[in-house]
Amino acid sequence: MTFLMMLISSALVSNVVLSRFLGICPFLGVSSSVKTARGMGIAVVFVVFISTLATFLINKYLLEVGGIFGIDLTYLQTIVFILVIACLVQFVEMFLKKYIKSLYNALGVYLPLITTNCAVLGVALTVVDNVKYPTLIYAIFYSIGTSIGFFIAIVLLANIRERIEYNDIPKAFEGKPIVLVAACLMSIAFYGFSTLNIGG
Amino acid sequence: MSEIGKENIIVEKENKTKNFLKILLNGIIFENPTFVLMLGMCPTLAVTTSFTNAIGMGLSTTFVLIFSNLIISALKNIIPNRVRIPSYIVIVATLVTIVQLLMQGYFPDLYNSLGIYIPLIVVNCIILGRAESFASKHNPVESIADGIGIGVGFTVALSIISIIREFFGNGSFLNIQIIDNKYHIMLFVLAPGAFLVLAILTAIQNAFRIKKDKSVINCNNDCMRCGLRNKEEE
Repeated sequence: MTFLMMLISSALVSNVVLSRFLGICPFLGVSSSVKTARGMGIAVVFVVFISTLATFLINKYLLEVGGIFGIDLTYLQTIVFILVIACLVQFVEMFLKKYIKSLYNALGVYLPLITTNCAVLGVALTVVDNVKYPTLIYAIFYSIGTSIGFFIAIVLLANIRERIEYNDIPKAFEGKPIVLVAACLMSIAFYGFSTLNIGG
Repeated sequence: MSEIGKENIIVEKENKTKNFLKILLNGIIFENPTFVLMLGMCPTLAVTTSFTNAIGMGLSTTFVLIFSNLIISALKNIIPNRVRIPSYIVIVATLVTIVQLLMQGYFPDLYNSLGIYIPLIVVNCIILGRAESFASKHNPVESIADGIGIGVGFTVALSIISIIREFFGNGSFLNIQIIDNKYHIMLFVLAPGAFLVLAILTAIQNAFRIKKDKSVINCNNDCMRCGLRNKEEE
């Protein structure tokens, strides 16, 4: 039951984009149509899950005091994590290209963009710094919940943007400003979830 | 040395300082990273709840930007083209770790309130963007100028947003209470306020641009008194 609560709280209550401001660039940049937004969302879910798994294990068994080296190397977290994520994204791309062609065709374009998505590094750093996620299973559930939150937010925004296309809006608000206003209203709506008392 | 040679050197020096200033201004105004290029949105929206946070974030980003631009432009002939992006990431990540440790040591309060957004400077698109589009093509002096310009532009943009949000949301400026507690608009310091303030600022900017464009389109065929033509002749 705790894990279900964790999923809900990380996906909706403290939504990664709308209340913690991670991954704003793809959220505003790749949300002009529902199809691309869906592709980006799925790619993020995939990469966040794999990279959190890898960085959690690396932190636990290499960087922390109890690891192989026996000394505290946690000050290297930022450098190690970003390199691991960059390599992993490359590796996933190559693997998909070779073995799972259909998935590669769907996600291929978005994978290289994900390295500079702050949500990926943000989730990896949050998980290792927070005492709320002591074991791997907690980290996995948190990463899945967070990335589903990203998926929900970007697909909803893409739907709103497709409808905005057919509406008359003030000249000055055309383009980016109206998207930001839509994001603001979505953020207010998601703020309502914070009254849910689920102790996540 | 002949007179002409000396003059040439002076002119060259003047040109250099002019070029330096031009690059500086370009970063602050014409290619402002937040309002014009719309890059690095995550820290822009996340840390602008108070003026102190915004200045701290702006200055640390500026520091990283100046040194990453300097190092990358100095090493641009040594780094092989195929592995340039990973090399840039390593350089930037090293600088960010330096900032992180310094801030943890000397400004622990600021470090705690900025939290996860300090290590996330690594994935700030502004820094990698400038490395790729400017520092890898220009000499170190120009790259430092670009780093200062873009960094100051970013800091100014963050400050403007944070002053608005802090004033309406908390009724304060630099922790000095100006407006009474009763009249705060809480929305501005919460997450939606960040989107709203940025939307309105960009809309205002768009409105000015549209006004400017209109003056070009509404030509009343009075070419003798047209401001555009006079400008061209000058």
